[in-house]
Amino acid sequence: MPRYLARRLLALLPTLLGVSILVFAAMRLIPGDIISATLGTEAGMLTETQRAALERYYGLDKPPVEQYFVWFGEALRGNLGHSVRHGQPVLQLILSRFPLTLELALLSMLLALLTGLPLGLLAALRHNTWLDFAGRLFALLGLAIPNFLLGTLIIFILSVVFRVLPNAGDYVQLHEDPLRNLQQLFFPALTLGFAFGGSIMRMTRSSLLEVLREDYIRTARSKGLAERHVILHHSLRNALIPVLTLVGIEFGYLLGGAFIVEQIFALPGLGRLTINAIGQREYALVQGVALFVALVFLLLNLIIDLLYALVDPRIALARHE
Amino acid sequence: MSKNIPAPASSQRGGSLLRRLSGNRSGAVGLLLVLAFLLVALAGLLGLTPRLPAEQFISHRLAPPSADFPLGTDLFGRDIASRLISGAAVSLRVAVSAVALAGGLGAALGILAGFAGGRVDNLLMRLMDILFAFPALLLALVVVTVLGPGPANSALAIAIVYLPIFARVARGPVLSVKELDFVLAARCLGLRPFSVLLHHVLPNIVAPLIVQVSLALSWALLTEAALSYLGLGTRPPAASWGVMLSESRPLAERAPWMMVFPGLAIMAGVLGFNLLGDGLRDVLDPRLRGPGADARA
Repeated sequence: MPRYLARRLLALLPTLLGVSILVFAAMRLIPGDIISATLGTEAGMLTETQRAALERYYGLDKPPVEQYFVWFGEALRGNLGHSVRHGQPVLQLILSRFPLTLELALLSMLLALLTGLPLGLLAALRHNTWLDFAGRLFALLGLAIPNFLLGTLIIFILSVVFRVLPNAGDYVQLHEDPLRNLQQLFFPALTLGFAFGGSIMRMTRSSLLEVLREDYIRTARSKGLAERHVILHHSLRNALIPVLTLVGIEFGYLLGGAFIVEQIFALPGLGRLTINAIGQREYALVQGVALFVALVFLLLNLIIDLLYALVDPRIALARHE
Repeated sequence: MSKNIPAPASSQRGGSLLRRLSGNRSGAVGLLLVLAFLLVALAGLLGLTPRLPAEQFISHRLAPPSADFPLGTDLFGRDIASRLISGAAVSLRVAVSAVALAGGLGAALGILAGFAGGRVDNLLMRLMDILFAFPALLLALVVVTVLGPGPANSALAIAIVYLPIFARVARGPVLSVKELDFVLAARCLGLRPFSVLLHHVLPNIVAPLIVQVSLALSWALLTEAALSYLGLGTRPPAASWGVMLSESRPLAERAPWMMVFPGLAIMAGVLGFNLLGDGLRDVLDPRLRGPGADARA
């Protein structure tokens, strides 16, 4: 296992380097140059000296490769640039908004697991009954309703039918008032987790159905073991491995999806910060978020892979060969 | 990785595909929804809308559905039905160009990587890993930031997100097929690599690619709507389902039809391509089922 971990960490480095080059290069590809793009029409009013000063400030007077190394060196030291509109360092802004996005993603994953797992198990154990049918209908709806549509519908229903606005007033952080915080995040998390609950249900169902057809289950049953024992001790662990993979794959997408949901529910997380930054052409901020989220995403995938190797030891062994 | 023995290519061809698909429940429903979407989108492309999508009937602002305006009107008195039809054309154009680009380029890269193996494979797949390092929507957002909003740029953003998926989907079967006896035999007979590729490898990766195209179209449709909803895709006054949905938000109480119909349209389109993809997967190659083959949603 330690060797496996070391190998995986090493394999991460070239990807991270590539990600940083891509993020850096992307901002250089912006039509025109970054000064004109940031200032818009005001760029035309710059004097020669002002423009030269700005170019020096952004490092545009150096060759691109050198620019990249300067930028990357600064990024490694935690300096991702400065946000003009917020008047704060980019990293500080990101770190202050990220907890909300993470909490939203975690909460929606929890909701998805709480609905998807039991529904999937029930659907598989009561295969081809109305329970199975209802579960599959739920999964289908999850597949069909995009989160921006579901969020819009939820806000509509809450405000028109129940006359409540989920986020009336300011957002409260978890440590300030846990109950109010959860109240505020419940519907956004439901919006974000609904589709995922559907996929978990589908995966749990099909995976358990598959395992229940295996020979060793037949053996366990023919030994006279109680059905409960067969399900709990012989089937579940194997059936849940693909579900774990799904959780790993989807968690990153929940982070991405949180970007839209935050925008709909007006939650001040990383997504709202980014989408506003795109609108306001705050390139350093977008660049910083892209780099930060990619790093988080890669680390998450690593953690999931390690968990996966713990649950299924064959994986770490196979990759050693 | 286990060696999948691919189904003989001949069983994947011919008119029987449609028949087999109609025997598969999700495939049949998906096919119907997709056909309906294509029909509406085609009407939109040809400009066959009951009224002009941008025409304003000021005296009929926020009119509920009626004989004159079957799906009602919006804040500017524009006919929702006509805007939906024209929006379907926008969705189709963006989705098809995005998937064509991602599918063509991605499959080419995947086949090249799988067939060449060694360093080429390693380099190409590491490059694809870099694209995989971003959550899909964030990557699309970054691309749109760089290129600016608009339908063409949304298509490009969606294509870039889907490029590595197609590359992986194409590479996997190539890797397993190229070691099979009949391919080795063809090479031993002295066939040139390109000819081996064309006649022996390609037919075997068509099935997974077709499935992926359908799932990708579903995701493209959804992402175009999401980007437009966020104001980063198709911009108003052009009709796009995402734009219509976002315009409906402040008016949902007074004019729920403004929200309901674009919402249903998005759902039907997304569901249609998704179910069709599932159905195709069942019909073409049941072994493809599993998490690895799922769309990046």
